[in-house]
Amino acid sequence: MADLSVDFAGIKSPNPFWLASGPPTNTYLQVAKAFDEGWGGAIWKTIGEPIINVYSRYGSIDLGKTRMVGFNNIELISDRPVEDNLKELAEVKRNYPKNAVIASLMVESRREAWHEIVKRTEDTGVDGFELNFGCPHGMSERGMGAAVGQVPDYTCQIVEWVKEVATIPVIVKLTPNVTDVTYIARAAVKGGADALSLINTINSIVSVDLETFSPRPSVHGKGSHGGYCGPAVKPIALHLLSAVTGDPQVKIPVSGIGGIASWQDAAEFIALGSGTVQVCTAAMHYGFRIVEDLADGLSNWMDERGHRRLEDFRGRAVPNVSKWEELDLNYHLVASIDQGKCIGCQLCWTACEDGAHQAIRRHERNNGNPVVEIIEEACVGCNLCSQVCPVDNCITMEEVPNEFPSTTWKEYMAGKGELAPRSVHFHTAEWTSKR
Amino acid sequence: MPATSASRPAVVYAAGDPVPTLPPEQLEKNFAEIAPALTPDAALLEANKCLYCYDAPCTQACPTHIDVPSFIHKIATGNMRGSARVILDANPMGHSCARACPVDVLCEGACVLNDRDEQPIKIALLQRHATDWALGHDYQPFSAGPANGKSVAIVGAGPAGLSCARDLRRFGYAVTIFEEKDRPGGLNSFGIAEYKMRLPLALAEAKMVLDLGVEVKTGVRVGTDVSMRQLQNDFDAVFVAIGLGATRRLGIPGEDLHGVSDALVFIEHLKSNPHRETRIGRHVVVIGAGNTAIDAATQAKRLGAERVTLVYRRGPEDMSAYEYEYELAKHDGCEFRFHTVPKAVKGKDRVTGLECVRSEVGAPGPDGKRLFREVPDSGHVIECDTILRALGQTPRDDLAKALGLHVEGSRMVSDNPKVLVGGDCMTGGAEIVNAAADGVQAARQIHELLSK
Repeated sequence: MADLSVDFAGIKSPNPFWLASGPPTNTYLQVAKAFDEGWGGAIWKTIGEPIINVYSRYGSIDLGKTRMVGFNNIELISDRPVEDNLKELAEVKRNYPKNAVIASLMVESRREAWHEIVKRTEDTGVDGFELNFGCPHGMSERGMGAAVGQVPDYTCQIVEWVKEVATIPVIVKLTPNVTDVTYIARAAVKGGADALSLINTINSIVSVDLETFSPRPSVHGKGSHGGYCGPAVKPIALHLLSAVTGDPQVKIPVSGIGGIASWQDAAEFIALGSGTVQVCTAAMHYGFRIVEDLADGLSNWMDERGHRRLEDFRGRAVPNVSKWEELDLNYHLVASIDQGKCIGCQLCWTACEDGAHQAIRRHERNNGNPVVEIIEEACVGCNLCSQVCPVDNCITMEEVPNEFPSTTWKEYMAGKGELAPRSVHFHTAEWTSKR
Repeated sequence: MPATSASRPAVVYAAGDPVPTLPPEQLEKNFAEIAPALTPDAALLEANKCLYCYDAPCTQACPTHIDVPSFIHKIATGNMRGSARVILDANPMGHSCARACPVDVLCEGACVLNDRDEQPIKIALLQRHATDWALGHDYQPFSAGPANGKSVAIVGAGPAGLSCARDLRRFGYAVTIFEEKDRPGGLNSFGIAEYKMRLPLALAEAKMVLDLGVEVKTGVRVGTDVSMRQLQNDFDAVFVAIGLGATRRLGIPGEDLHGVSDALVFIEHLKSNPHRETRIGRHVVVIGAGNTAIDAATQAKRLGAERVTLVYRRGPEDMSAYEYEYELAKHDGCEFRFHTVPKAVKGKDRVTGLECVRSEVGAPGPDGKRLFREVPDSGHVIECDTILRALGQTPRDDLAKALGLHVEGSRMVSDNPKVLVGGDCMTGGAEIVNAAADGVQAARQIHELLSK
C-alpha cells in the first residue's frame, strides 16, 4: 500500500486529505469525528472578530437530479467565542497529536490585532496557521478577507506582521477573485509565508428565485453575493493552482482547494503540485465518511501506477501546462466512430452540425447501417462529438500521423518549422456551398 | 368502437347464479391501476436520463409522432405546460395512450438505450406524468380556430373521431359527432381493462376535446336514426370512425346457452358499473389468444373466478397478444390450453363445459399463421360455467351499406372523397394510438380538401 503521509512546510499529516476551513471544522465534536474517520488534517473554521450570521446561508446549483454540483455560501467566520475555539483547538491537538491541526485566522488589519491572535492561538499547540485572505463576502466589506487578499501590498504587510511573532508555519489562503493570482502569491512569499493555499471561494450569485425575484440564498427577500465552491469550480481551481505552482518566483508548498470530491480530483491537484488537498463541500454534502474512498482510491491508483509516495507524482503535470503558442500545430486528430457501439442517438451529429464544423454525415436509420459517419476531410479533431456521445469509447479521437516535425505558433511566426497540410477546403465558401 | 346491438347477448350472469364474491376492498385492490404513476421526483430523475436524441427513434416509432425527446426535456426543465402541449398537439389521445399503448413494441422498444443494454426511458409513465398534470391543472392547451363557415360530421366518438374533431376545431370547422352510445370515448371508455385505465379518465380526455366546441349527439345511430344522405346534405364532409362490431361467433353447437358471452360485453359491463355488479362464474374459459382475450381473462380472475383457462387452437408463438400481456395473464394465474380446438358447448340450461379436440400445427399458411389439423381421438371436455368469446371483432357490414361504404376483407373503404374513414373500421382493429393518428390525419385531409 502506497505511503500517503505528507510533510507540508514542516506540518506532518498521515495523509494529504485536510478538511478546509469552514462549517465542517467548526467544533471539537466535528474535527475529532473527522480524524476518527480518517482525515489527515483540518483547518479550523476561521477565528477572529466577533460576527453574527444571517439565517439562510447556502445556495446550490443542481444539474438535472444531481444535487450541489455548484454551491455557494454567505456564512461568515466562526460565530463562537474565541476562547471556546482556542480551548477546543488545544483539546483536539492534544487528543490527536498525529493529525495536522491548523488554525485559520482573520482579524482587522492592525499589527497589534494580528500579534495578539497569533500569540493566543499558538499557545494551543496547533501545527500551523492559515491566514484567511480570501473570504469574498461580508468580511471583505469590513476590510478583511478578500479585501486584503486582493491587494498585494496588504497581503505582504499582514504576512510580515504575523511572521514577526509566529513560530509555527504560516499558510496564506488566496482568493481567486483577482486578475492575476501570481501577484498576490508573490506578495505572500515576499512577506515570508511558509506556504500557500488556494482557492478560496469565488464571488457568485448562485440563482434567482423566479417567484420572488430574490437572489439565493434569500434572506428576507434579499441576497448578497457569496462564495462559490463545489465540483463546478474545480477547473478554475486547477488553473489558478497551476499558475502558482508553475511560477518560478513561488517556491513554497501549496495546498490545493476547490471542488475536490473524489480521489481522482485529489490526484489531479497533486499532479499540478499540491502538497495537500483541502475538501469542504463534498464533506458538507456526504459527510466525513468520504475520506475512506479518497484515501483508498488514491492508494490503489498509486499502487497500480507504481507510485510509492506522493512525491513520486507530485507536480508531474506542471511542466505540461504550457502557453498556447507553444502547442504543436502539426499534431492532427480525427474523430472515429465505432459503429458497433453506436446507438444512433445522433447527438454527435447535431452537436457537430450546429456547434462545430459540420463534419458528420447523417443517414436514415436502416437495418443497422451506420446512422452517422465522420467526414474526415472536414473534421478538425475538436473532441466535441466524443464528449457528447453517451456511449463510452464509441467515438474516439485518433491521431493522424504526418511526416512533419512539431511546429508551434511561436516557431511558425518566427519563420521556423512547416505546417503539415490541412484539409484544403475547411470552411471555404466552396466547401460550405457544396453542402 | 363496439356497439350494443340486439344481436349481442347481454351479460352472462343472471341473479341467483353461483358467483364468486370478493370483499369490496379486495376488488378495489384487484382493479387498481397496474402501473403506479411516477412521483414528481421520480419523473424528474427519469426525464434527466433521456439522452435527448436528435431525430429520435421513439418519435419515429409513434404512429402520431409525438416529439418524445422534446416533451421529456420539458419535464426535466419543469415546463409542464409545454410538455403536455407537445404530447397532446401530436396526439389528442395522449392520456389514454400513456396508459394503454403497447410501448414495448413502439416508442420504448425503439429507445436507443436498449442498444446500450439498459432499460429504455419510461416514456409511457413520463407521458402520463405530463398529461395527468394537464388534467390535474385543468390545462387546455388548445383553442378553436376562427370559424371558417364549414362543417364536418363525424360518426363515432371513439379515439379516431375525437382526434379528428379536435383538430378540425383547431382549423375552425364546426364539428358534430354522432355517437350511438350514451357517452363518448369509444373503446377508451368501454374496452380497456379496468386496471389500465378507468372510465372517468377516458371521459375527461374526451371532454378536453369536446370543450373546444364540438357538438355531440349521443344515442344517435347514423344509418338508422339519421341517414348518411342527410349528413352529406348538412355537412361539407363526413368522417366515419365507427369501430368494429360484435365478436365473432364460435360456430359450434351450444354457443347460445346461458353462460356464453362476448368478452367485449363483459369488459364493457365491468367498466360501466361498480365492480361488484359484474358477475362471473367460478370456472371461466376464454376462447382466443389476442389482447382482448387476455383483458377478459385477467379481469375474470381479478373478479374472483377460481379458474380461468384460455383456449387457443394454435401455439404460444402464434398468439396475437403482446408478450407482456401474456406474462400478465400468467402472473394472474390464468391457464393456457394451446393447440386446443373448441368443438361444442356442453350443458342443458346453462354451460357446464367446453368440448375440445387437440390440434397439431404445421408450416405457416398464407396469412403467416401456421396451419393446424385436429388430432384424432383427442376429444375432451373442459369443465366450466362461463365461456367468453374473444375471437376478434367483425366488421360492421350492416352499417357499411347504410353509410354507403363497402367492406374489403375486414376494412371499410369509401369511394366518396368527401367521406373519409378511419380508426378500427378502416384498419380492421389496431391500437388507440393508430386510431388517434387516423383521426389527426383525416382532419388534415379534410382541411386540405375543403380549403381548395
